[in-house]
Amino acid sequence: MSEVIVVTSGKGGVGKTTTSANIGCGLALEGKKVVLVDSDIGLRNLDVVMGLENRIVYDLVDVIEGTCRLKQALIKDKRYPGLFLLPAAQTRDKNAVSPEQMKKLCEGIKDMGFEYIIIDCPAGIEQGFKNAIAGADRAIVVTTPEVSAVRDADRIIGLLEANGLNNPGLIVNRIKTDMVKRGDMMSVEDVKEILAVELLGVVPDDEAIVITTNRGEPAVADCTTRAGRAYRNITSRILGEDVPLMDLEGNEGFFGKLRKMFAL
Amino acid sequence: MDILGLLKNNAARSGGVARDRLKLVLVHDRAGCSYTVLEMLKTDILNVISEYMDIDEDELDIKLTHMRGASGDVPVLYANIPIKNMRMAKSG
Repeated sequence: MSEVIVVTSGKGGVGKTTTSANIGCGLALEGKKVVLVDSDIGLRNLDVVMGLENRIVYDLVDVIEGTCRLKQALIKDKRYPGLFLLPAAQTRDKNAVSPEQMKKLCEGIKDMGFEYIIIDCPAGIEQGFKNAIAGADRAIVVTTPEVSAVRDADRIIGLLEANGLNNPGLIVNRIKTDMVKRGDMMSVEDVKEILAVELLGVVPDDEAIVITTNRGEPAVADCTTRAGRAYRNITSRILGEDVPLMDLEGNEGFFGKLRKMFAL
Repeated sequence: MDILGLLKNNAARSGGVARDRLKLVLVHDRAGCSYTVLEMLKTDILNVISEYMDIDEDELDIKLTHMRGASGDVPVLYANIPIKNMRMAKSG
C-alpha cells in the first residue's frame, strides 16, 4: 500500500519545503520507504533543505523526458535508510511538465515499492500547483497564523476539493505561544475554526528550524527541539496514530532548560 | 467599568483584529463577490428603492458580512437604509 501526499499552501514562505523535508525524514525514521519529490521546477529548494544539493545528477524533468531512468534520478539519503529525493529541474520552467506526466511519474514511484511519496508543491495556484496535485491521494495544507497565509490556505482548500482531494490535513506553522497568550497572534483554534478542516499538527516558531536548515539536516531527527518533536508527532498522525497536540508553552525558563539538559 | 475596559482592550488586540479582518475577507472570497460587484449591487438597490421613497445616501450602509448558521459561518447581505421621506402617492 503506498500513498502520494502533496504538501501545499498557496502562499510562499510559510514552510512547505521544511514541512515536506521533515515529514519525509520522519516517515523514514519510522522505517518507511519514502521518496521526497520537489515539484517546484525552476526554483528547486528541497535539495538544499535536505543537504543533498551536491549529489544531483538527474532531475524530475530528465525522468519525464526519458533522458534517464527513474531509478537513476533518485538520490539516496545515506543518513536515513529508506529515504530518497527526486530533485526538481533548476533550468527549466513549470510548463516542461504536465499533470498527466506527473500522475505517471507517481505511479512509477509507487511501482518501485515505496510506501510514501511526499510532493513539495510550489507556491501559487497555476501550472506548478496543478502538476503537484495531479498524482496525489491526500493533501496537507501548511499555513501560518497570518491573515494572508490563512486566506490563501482557504483558497487552496477549495481548489483541492474541486480536484477531488477532500479533507486535507492542516498544519499551523510558526506559532508563537507568548504572542497568542498576549492576544497579538491568531490562535491555532482561530485558524482551525476559520478553515474548518482537520488539524494534523502545530509547529512552534523555533530557532532550531533555522539552525538545522542551515546545516541541511531536518529538525525531526533531533527530538530535543520543540519543532523536532512537533514534526515527529505529525509523522505519527500521518501513520494513523492518535497523538495529542504537544504543549506549546514557549517560555523554556530554568526548568525547561533543565528538562532539556536531561532530555526529559 | 474596568471589566468593560478590559474587554474593549482585548477586542483591539491585533490577534483579534486579524481574525475579524480575515473572516470578512473570506466571506467575500468564498462568495466570489468582489467589492466592485457589491458597489454595483448597491447602486441597483438604491435605484429601485428611490422609486418609492427618499433615502439618506450619506447614512446608507450595505455590506457583505457573516452570521453563525447551522452549518458554521454563512454569508449575509446586511443593509441599513435610512428613509428621509416616504413617497406614499407613488407607491400607492
